[in-house]
Amino acid sequence: MKIIKLVMLSVAILFVIFAQNNLDPYTVSILNNMAIFGILALSYNLINGVAGQFSLEPNGFVAIGAYVTALLILPASSKIDMFALEDPAPIILAMHTSFFPALLMSGIVAAVLAFILSIPVFRVRGDYLAIVTLGFGFIIRIFAMNQTKYTNGAMGLNDIPGNANLLWTGGIIIVTFIVMLNVIYSKYGRAMKAVRDDEDAATAMGINTFWIKTYAFMTSAFFEGVGGGLMASLLTTISPDQFTFLLTFQLLIIIVLGGLGSMSGTLIGAVLVMGGTEWLRFLDQNMDIFGYNTGAHPGLRMVVFSILLIIMMLFARKGIFGSSELTDIFKRGKQ
Amino acid sequence: MDISTFVQQMINGISLGSMYALIAIGYTLVYGVLRLINFAHGDIMMVGAFVAYLAQNAGVPFELAVILAIIAAMVTGILTDKIAYKPLRNAPKISLLITAIGISFFLENLFNVLFGGVPRAFSAPDYLTKIIHYDGIIVPVTVIIIPVVTLILLFIILWILNKTKYGMAIRSLAFDIPTVKLMGINADIIIMLVFAIGSALAAVGGIFYAVSYPSIDPLMGVIVGLKAFAAAVLGGIGSVAGAVIGGFILGFTEIVVVAFMPDLGGYKDAFAFIFLILVLLFKPTGIMGQDLDRSRF
Repeated sequence: MKIIKLVMLSVAILFVIFAQNNLDPYTVSILNNMAIFGILALSYNLINGVAGQFSLEPNGFVAIGAYVTALLILPASSKIDMFALEDPAPIILAMHTSFFPALLMSGIVAAVLAFILSIPVFRVRGDYLAIVTLGFGFIIRIFAMNQTKYTNGAMGLNDIPGNANLLWTGGIIIVTFIVMLNVIYSKYGRAMKAVRDDEDAATAMGINTFWIKTYAFMTSAFFEGVGGGLMASLLTTISPDQFTFLLTFQLLIIIVLGGLGSMSGTLIGAVLVMGGTEWLRFLDQNMDIFGYNTGAHPGLRMVVFSILLIIMMLFARKGIFGSSELTDIFKRGKQ
Repeated sequence: MDISTFVQQMINGISLGSMYALIAIGYTLVYGVLRLINFAHGDIMMVGAFVAYLAQNAGVPFELAVILAIIAAMVTGILTDKIAYKPLRNAPKISLLITAIGISFFLENLFNVLFGGVPRAFSAPDYLTKIIHYDGIIVPVTVIIIPVVTLILLFIILWILNKTKYGMAIRSLAFDIPTVKLMGINADIIIMLVFAIGSALAAVGGIFYAVSYPSIDPLMGVIVGLKAFAAAVLGGIGSVAGAVIGGFILGFTEIVVVAFMPDLGGYKDAFAFIFLILVLLFKPTGIMGQDLDRSRF
C-alpha cells in the first residue's frame, strides 16, 4: 500500500514539474485552473461531503483569501497608484510580506471568520448553514464594494505580482489532498462521518458535534482562503464581481460529480468540470446549426451544467466515486 | 427631519415589508411541510415578473398579464416539485438542497440565455404609478395598494390554512407525513397545493417588485429571495404570521437605515443576514417562537 501511494505521489510531482517546463502556456493555464478549483473543491467537500453540513460559502472565503494575499504582496507604491476612489488606509500601505506567508495569512483569516460564523450557525441543526453562508458570500462582496479604503471598491486590484505558477498550484493541491485524506482517516474525520450519518447517534457516542462541525468548517475555510490567494496571484487582477455565487456553483458541480465525501472523486470532478467548461466554450458563442445562425448565448454553458447537476442528483446521487477513495479500490483488490 | 418625510418613509417601509412578507410566506409553507429551503422560490418570483412583462409586451392588458403570471409561477412551482423534489422525498436532505440550488441556477440562466441579462423596464398602468401628493407626503399609489393586497392575500391564506379541509391537511403534513398518508390523504396533492400557493404569492410579490422598481432582470430573485428567507426565519419559520412580521421588520429596517443613515446605504443588502445571524444566536426559533421540529403555521 505504502509503495503505491509513494509512486502516485512521485508521479504527481514529476508531472507538475514536467508540465510547468514543457507544456504550452494555454495548457498550463487550464491545468492551473484545474488545480485551483481542485484545491477549493477538496476543501469544500470536507464540510459538504464528509461532515454532511451543506454550506454555500466558498465564494466568500475565496474572496477573502484573494484580497488578503493581494494586499499583502502588492508593494506600497503600486497601492498608492491604484487606489483611485479613496486613499488607501495606513494599515493597507504598511502591510507587506512575501508570497508564502501571504497565502498562510489568507488561510488563517478565512479560518477565523469560519469560526465566528460557526457560533450562530451550528447552534441550530439543519439547513441554516446553507442560507447563512450564502448570505455571507453576498456580505463579503458588499463589503469589498463599499470599503474602498481597503479594497479599492468595484475597481478591484490590479498588477498583483504573479508569483503563482503551476509549481505552486500543483504543489498545494498535492498538499491539500494529503491533508484531507489524513483528516478523513483521523479520529476527527470518522467523527465527521458519524455526524453526517446520524447526528443523534454521534452525540450519544460522546462526540461533541458542535466542535466537530466547527473543525470541519474551519479546515475547509483555511484551504479555501489559500486557494483564493493562489487565484489572486495567478490572475494578477481581482474585483468583487469575480466572487459571485457562480464560483460556489462550479465547486458544487465538481464535488457532486466526483462523489460527495470522496477526495479522489473530487480531483477527477475538477478535471472533468474545468475541462468541460473549456470544451463547452463553443456553446456560448455563435453557432451554425444546419445553416441557421443561433447567435451568441452567454450563459448557455451554465444551463447545461445546472441540468447536469439536477440529473446527477436525481439519477446518480453517488457521483463517480461515491464516498470511497482511489486507494480503497486497491484494498478491495487485495482481499 | 419633518413629520411628512417620516410618514412617507414609514409608508415606504410598509410597502417593502409587504413584498418581503408575500415571498416569505412561500418559504415558510414549503419549509413547514417538507423541511426544505426552496432555493428556487426567489426565481419563481422572477418567472412571475417576467411572464407579466412578456404578456404585456405581447399586447395583453395588465390585469390579465398578472393572472397569466400567477398561473405561470404556479405551474413552475408545481413542476419543480414534481420533477426535482418529489423523486428525492426519501433521499438525504443534502441531495434535496443541492437539487434546489440546481433548479434555481437553471431558471436564472435559462432566462438569462433567453432574454439577456440587461435589466428591462417594466411598465405598469397609470392608475398604479400615479403619484399622490397629500400634505407634503409624496408617494406613488403602489405603496398604498401593495400592503392592502398583501393583507387580503394573508387573510385568504390564513382562512385556507385554518378553516378548510385542505388547510387542515397542510397543517397535518407539517407534523408527520407518513401518518397523514396512513389517514388516506394524498400527500403529493397537498404538497402540490403548498407549492401552488407559495408560487402564486411569489408571483404577486414579483409583480409588486417590478412595479415599484420599474425594472426586471433574470437575477432579480436572488437577493430578494434570500432576504425573504431571512425574514421568514426572523419571524419564526413554519409560521405564516411570523413570516409577515419578519417581512415587515426587515422592510422597515432597510427603509429607515437608508433614509436616515445614508452612509450605510451601500450595506442595505447586508442587514437581512445580520438579522438572520442575530436571530440564530439569541432566539433560533424566531419571533413567533415555535419549536422548529413542530411548526403549525
